[in-house]
Amino acid sequence: MTTTAPPARTVPTSDVDPFSHEVLEDPLPMHTELREAGPVVHLTRYDVHALARYDEVYAALVDWQGFQSAAGVGLSNFRYEKPWRPPSIVLEADPPKHDAPRRVLQKVLGPRALRRLHDSWAADADALVDEVLSRGTAFDAVASLAATFPLRVFPDAVGIPQSGRENLLPYGDHAFNAFGPANDLVEKGAPRVAELSAWVNAQCQRDVLAPTGFGADIWAASDRGDITPEQAPLAVRSLLTAGVDTTVHGISAVLYAFATNPEQWQRLRRDPALARVAFDEAVRWESPVQTFFRTATTDVRVGDVVIPEGHKILMFLAAANRDPRRWENPDVFDLSRDPSGHVGFGMGIHQCVGQHVARLEAATLVTALARRVATIELDGPTVRHHNNTLRAWESIPVRVTLD
Amino acid sequence: MTVISPAPAPAGADVAMLRVTAKEAQADGVLTLELAAPSGGRLRDWTPGSHIDLVLPNGLTRQYSLCGDRWDPSHYRVGVLMEPASRGGSRYVHDSLRVGDLVGVGGPRNNFALVPSDQYLFVAGGIGITPILPMVRQAEMLGADWRLLYGGRSRGSMAFLGELERYGDRVVVRPQDEHGLLDLAGFLGQPREGVRIYSCGPGPLLAAMERTCATWPPYSLRTERFVAEEAGAPARTAPFEVELARSGTTVTVTPEMTVLDALNQVGVEVLSSCRRGVCGTCETTVLAGRPDHRDALLDDDERDVNDCMYICVSRSRDERLVLDL
Repeated sequence: MTTTAPPARTVPTSDVDPFSHEVLEDPLPMHTELREAGPVVHLTRYDVHALARYDEVYAALVDWQGFQSAAGVGLSNFRYEKPWRPPSIVLEADPPKHDAPRRVLQKVLGPRALRRLHDSWAADADALVDEVLSRGTAFDAVASLAATFPLRVFPDAVGIPQSGRENLLPYGDHAFNAFGPANDLVEKGAPRVAELSAWVNAQCQRDVLAPTGFGADIWAASDRGDITPEQAPLAVRSLLTAGVDTTVHGISAVLYAFATNPEQWQRLRRDPALARVAFDEAVRWESPVQTFFRTATTDVRVGDVVIPEGHKILMFLAAANRDPRRWENPDVFDLSRDPSGHVGFGMGIHQCVGQHVARLEAATLVTALARRVATIELDGPTVRHHNNTLRAWESIPVRVTLD
Repeated sequence: MTVISPAPAPAGADVAMLRVTAKEAQADGVLTLELAAPSGGRLRDWTPGSHIDLVLPNGLTRQYSLCGDRWDPSHYRVGVLMEPASRGGSRYVHDSLRVGDLVGVGGPRNNFALVPSDQYLFVAGGIGITPILPMVRQAEMLGADWRLLYGGRSRGSMAFLGELERYGDRVVVRPQDEHGLLDLAGFLGQPREGVRIYSCGPGPLLAAMERTCATWPPYSLRTERFVAEEAGAPARTAPFEVELARSGTTVTVTPEMTVLDALNQVGVEVLSSCRRGVCGTCETTVLAGRPDHRDALLDDDERDVNDCMYICVSRSRDERLVLDL
C-alpha cells in the first residue's frame, strides 16, 4: 500500500483495502502502518477516515454524541443507503432510542443474572472436554471446542429450539461481513440471506422461545412496558446475531494463544483463577471483532484534521489493542499483563452487552481444559477464516498431553 | 465542532469525585449545582430519570435527580430543595457547599427510566420536577404526544418555569396558592392503553396518583418517591482496610486510590474493563463490611444487600471490608 506523508495540517492518506483477502489474512502490518501514519488517516479507496491509535479509538468509542451509530456501524451510510435488514435497536441506534433496549439487555445479560448459569456451564464444559479427549489427543481446536461449546450452551440459554441451530454461524458470518464493503465475502453470503434471516426472525417470536431463558426475559420486559412488543423480537435477534460467531472466534483466539505460548499455559495450570484474565488478554491480542464504523454528527477535529459532519469513521479496535503507546510489548500474549481497558468489546454505551456471557463461556471451557490437559501445541498448519469484521480461524490442529 | 482530545483511560477516582462548578438559585429555596470532573473529562453517561449520590464533605450521602443536558458529556446538573427538617444534607448544600468544592459521586443509576411510547403524561410536584425535566425534553425530541402537569406551593417556589416555557401549552403550571390541589383525574382523563404516566413529588401526590391510576392498565404509572434522608453510616474520608479472605492478605486503601488500584499494587489481579463503574466486569463478592457503592449498576435494593461491589469505583463505609478474593 502507499501511505503518503503529508505536509502539516493535511490528513495522511492511504490506498490500502482493509477488506482485501491479503489484509484479512494478516492485518498486523497494515495496523502498524496506519497507527504510525498519524492519529487519523484518510482511506482513499472508501473515502473514510480511519483511527488506529488507542487514545483516538477510545475517545471515539465513548463519544456517542459526536460519533453516532444510527447511521450504521459498517461502511454503509444509512442516511443514504437502505440497510440489508431492519437496523439493530441497540448496535445501530443512538440515544434516546438506544436507552430502553440497552437497559433491558444489560439486565438480562448482566453479571448477576449469569450467576445461575455458572455451575451448569462448568459441567457442560467438563463434559465436552471429556468427550473430545476420549476420542484422542489430536484434534481441531476450532471444530471440536471453539465452534462446539458456544453452540451447546448459548442457544439453550436464549431458549431457541434445537432444530436449525446450524444456521446461527452462517447468519452471524454474513451479518459481520455486511459491515464491510460489498465485496466477494458479502456476495458469497447473499444467496442464503433470505432463508437464514427468515429462520432467525422466526426464533425471536415469543411462542417459539422456551418459557425461561434470555429470550423469555426479554419478552417479559416487553410485558412490563420496558420495551415495546415490536422491539422484543429485535432484541432477541441481537443475541442470535452477535452472540455466537464472536464467542466462537474469541475462544479460538484464546486456544490458539495457549497452543503457541506454552509457558502461558503452564502459568494458567498453576493458577486457574487466571482463566478470565486469559480470555480478555486473548481478546486484546487477537481482537475477534476487528473494526466498527461510526458517523460524525458534526465536524469533528482529531489532531489537526477535521472530519466533516456525515462522514464515516473506521475504528480499528485491533490496532488500538496493540498500540505500543498504550501497551508494553503489545504483540506478546502475557497473562501477567492487566488487559483491562482493551477495546476488543468496544467501550462506552455500546460496549458489548454480552461480554459477561462471553467471559463465562470462555472461562468455563478454559478451566475445564486446564483440569485435564498438561500441554497443548500446534499439530499442523492453521487456516484462517476471512470475514470483513471478524478475525477468525477455520482450523487450529492441536495435540495435547494429559495428566 | 467536536474536538477529540484523547486523554488516558479515566481512572475510577476521576468520575467518583467531582468539583462544584456552579451554584445558582432557581426559585425560593431551590438551587442547582453544576458538577464536573476535576480533569474536565467525560462523566458517566446517564438517561432521563437517573439520580446520583452526592457524598458531601460533611460525610452525609444524599440522592439527587439529574436535570441537565445529557448531550453535554462533561457536566451534571442537580436541583436541591432546602428542606426545613434537613438533618444536614440540603442545609449543607445551601449554606456551606461552595463552587470549587469536591464532592463524592455515586451512580448515575436509574430506577425511573423513560420507557418507549408515543404518548406520555407527566405529573410533577415541587422539586419532583427535576427528573421530569430531561424526560419532557426527550419526549419532545422523539415527537411523542406529551403533556406535563406541574404543581407547587406557589409560583415563586417552582423551579425551571423559564426552561419549560418553550413547550407552550403542553405544560400546565398549577401553583397551589392560585389553583388549589391538582386536578389529577381531569388531567389524566379516561384510562386508556399505550399511555405512560410518570410522576415524581411528595408522598401525598404519589398516593393520589396511585389512587387515580388504579383503573388504568397495569404498568401505566411509574413513580419516583423523594428518598428520605437516610441514616446510613457516613462515607469514610479516612483510609480503610480490605481483607482478602482467600489469601488472608490485608490491604490499606487510602482516599487517593481505588480498591482496584490498591489490590493491583500488591499483585492481586482482578479483571476490570471500563474503570468507571458502568460495565460490571470487576464485580467482587463482599463477605463482610458495608461498601460505599459508587457504581452505576446496582439498583437501590441490590445495593442494600451489600453482597457485592464494583471495586473500580466503590469504597467502604466501614473500617474493614472482607472480599472473596
